[in-house]
Amino acid sequence: MLALERVSVSYDVPVLHDIDLEVAPGEIVSILGPSGGGKSTLLRAVAGLVPYTGHITVDGRSVDGVPTHKRAIGMMFQNDLLFPHLDVAGNVGFGLRPADPGRVQEMLDLVGLRDLAPRDVATLSGGQAQRIALARALAPAPAVLLLDEPFGALDVVGKAALVLDVQRLLRDQAMTVLAVTHDRNEAFTLADRVAVLRAGRLVQVDTPDRLWRAPVDDYVARLVGLSVLDGVAYPPEQLHARADGRWLMTVTGRSFQAGRYLVTGTVGGESVTYSCGADDVPEVGQAVRVSAQRPRR
Amino acid sequence: MDRPVVGNHGSLTPARTALLAVPVVFVLTLFIVPLAAVVRVGLQAGAPQMLAVMTSGRTWQIIGFTTLQAGLSTLATVVIAIPAAVVLALFRFPGRTVVRALVLVPFVMPTVVVAAAFLALVGPTGYLGVDLSGSIWGLVLAHMFLNIAVVIRVVGGALATLDPDLPKAARVLGASGWAAFRRVTWPMLLPSVRASAVIVFLFCFTSFGVVQVLGAGQLRTLEVEIYRRTTYLLDLPAAAALSVLQLLAVVAMLVVVGRGRSVRAATAVGVARVPRGWRQSLVVGITVVSTTLMVLAPLAVVLVRSLQIDGQWTLAGWQTLLSPAASTNAVSPWSAVLASLRTASAATVIAVTVGGMAAVGLASRGRGRWLQSVDALLLLPLGTSAVTVGLGMLLAFGRPPVDLRNTGLLIVLAQTLVAIPFVVRVLTPALRSFDRRYLEVAAVLGRSPMAAARTVGVPLVLPAVAVAAGFAFAITVGEFGATVFLASPADPTLPVAISRLLARPGALTLAAAYAASTLLMLLTIAVVVAVDRVRLSRAVVF
Repeated sequence: MLALERVSVSYDVPVLHDIDLEVAPGEIVSILGPSGGGKSTLLRAVAGLVPYTGHITVDGRSVDGVPTHKRAIGMMFQNDLLFPHLDVAGNVGFGLRPADPGRVQEMLDLVGLRDLAPRDVATLSGGQAQRIALARALAPAPAVLLLDEPFGALDVVGKAALVLDVQRLLRDQAMTVLAVTHDRNEAFTLADRVAVLRAGRLVQVDTPDRLWRAPVDDYVARLVGLSVLDGVAYPPEQLHARADGRWLMTVTGRSFQAGRYLVTGTVGGESVTYSCGADDVPEVGQAVRVSAQRPRR
Repeated sequence: MDRPVVGNHGSLTPARTALLAVPVVFVLTLFIVPLAAVVRVGLQAGAPQMLAVMTSGRTWQIIGFTTLQAGLSTLATVVIAIPAAVVLALFRFPGRTVVRALVLVPFVMPTVVVAAAFLALVGPTGYLGVDLSGSIWGLVLAHMFLNIAVVIRVVGGALATLDPDLPKAARVLGASGWAAFRRVTWPMLLPSVRASAVIVFLFCFTSFGVVQVLGAGQLRTLEVEIYRRTTYLLDLPAAAALSVLQLLAVVAMLVVVGRGRSVRAATAVGVARVPRGWRQSLVVGITVVSTTLMVLAPLAVVLVRSLQIDGQWTLAGWQTLLSPAASTNAVSPWSAVLASLRTASAATVIAVTVGGMAAVGLASRGRGRWLQSVDALLLLPLGTSAVTVGLGMLLAFGRPPVDLRNTGLLIVLAQTLVAIPFVVRVLTPALRSFDRRYLEVAAVLGRSPMAAARTVGVPLVLPAVAVAAGFAFAITVGEFGATVFLASPADPTLPVAISRLLARPGALTLAAAYAASTLLMLLTIAVVVAVDRVRLSRAVVF
């Protein structure tokens, strides 16, 4: 288990303010927020890679003042950062001392790449490289695993499959995980709970479902993909195009997802999304009137 | 991604200051002190006399010729190298990797070997049947051969960063192929062409070995004249006055180079493609074959000459070279080989150590004014004439009270000075591009900072160090301009011995000179091949 208590970090300017957060044993928590919001810095503080004030405990043991290499923490970075001078097995076994070929093989089995042990890491695909990076991070059996945008550098197709795979694998290992992402779908797929970080402060920590149903403010509502109209947050399925609709929306884009179209646009500068069937989908640039079913919240 | 690592933003921490202090003191002592000695000696004879040398008609005739040969050489190099640069950067063809490595070879080839090669091609008994020794055109050819790599690398590098779709976009907009090149590609290449031309001009302006050997005593550039005044006429004040002039010219040119330097940093986006259609294939084929021939022919000729005396095939030249006892007029070639290996190895070790310290200090993220001046100071020996360095060292450390002349140390230090800019140029970008997060990964995986540096930092930086050492060795083993001032008559290095053998009469001596040249050439090629195998040759920035 991982606990942060009033953790603050400043470089020249304050980056994180009084972060309180607990990750229960075997729980996966995703930190969601815009780029530059301090997400990576939070992970770096936990890993001991940046100086911080406040307290961090791992499995009940304080790690304040403990150097990175003695924290028993695993970490995966946005780029796989596999050591180019070592082969796959060398990378996976890097954190194991004394060397433990059995454990290396076990980890490679775990990520489903058992035949790649002797391969040069330069020959791996992006998805394979990230799996090897995960195997490397898990090999020393860390108490906590930190994931810093681990799927950020992957293409969409590879990413979707890998996120589900990794989630299943982390659950099987009952790993305690703190992950960072700016992609809400990734956060919702991966995590038991999502912590929304805004300008260095945690604004809401909740299950994906509760974030969706009860965002604490408009910022969180927009971040999770709700449309905020006249102070009320609506999910896409509760907004419709209707001739006598209350709001005039300029359509800026349409995307097809799971059998329906998601139509995005702006209403007075506010980003709005509603869903509709293929027959009703408007053209980009068209102005449509939008109305809401039962308001929420 | 948040910017990692605090306290690493170009501020001069005590550690970094200490790290940079060593190379700075080194270069100041071995470069600036000798230069000061040159100026002092020049002034000792009295300012009016110095001025008289500087303003004499003969001096300006020499400056005029130096400029003319450098200008013509630059023009020829650029004209010949641009097609090769374009073809090598944009097209894929069988053997491309080999050809790309091959065109680098002349740049590190010792000038004496190059001069010997062109003497064999276009000398008094040259294979091509025209005698260009003592003519400006011989110089132009040799300079072209030496510097073609500079243009190919700089312009080719710029070409590789061009978006290949840009000219296509121009063509879609209705421009013909030629118009697309003239209006889109060429303007974007121009800065790199200009930058490489300035560098080539600088190298040709300060070229010494080629002019000394190919000039046959008839062609006088500033460098050769400085050497002549020092060695034959023992007129140190005049030599010093010419050195000051030379220095002023070089500084002026370095300012121009400095302006053009922003061209280089960019990442490659363009992808080389297979030539389309028979016309393109023909152009690519002709360019590749002629470039390869141009690079290989002079080198092959050196080998052939070492095996011939008066048109007959013989190993006599090699026997003379390889028998330790055989000493042709006080020059024992074999001991010269050993002397070269000894000094070059020592110079390489010192250059990599001192240059490495500089590179670590310079590789920080910040680019403060301070760091920039250190960078410029360390580059200075690259642009300055080797002859001036040699003369200065001779004046400063080669006579009482500090007389290091017979210790051999002076040659090592001079060669180190010449090699340091290359080491810094190779190592700084390599260290700068080293991703510090590798060390963080190692830390997270349980390695202490020391262990992380040992298991990850060192192995990842080692290839660049090998490249730097390779270049340093190739440069120092062939160094001529500074060494010729400092070499003791009894124990010369290989390039100095070659130049002496070439100047002596006798067919056997000549064959031995070519055998020695072949040896030096093979040594250099071996180093380049080893360096290229490390696959970091792209780290070299001129």
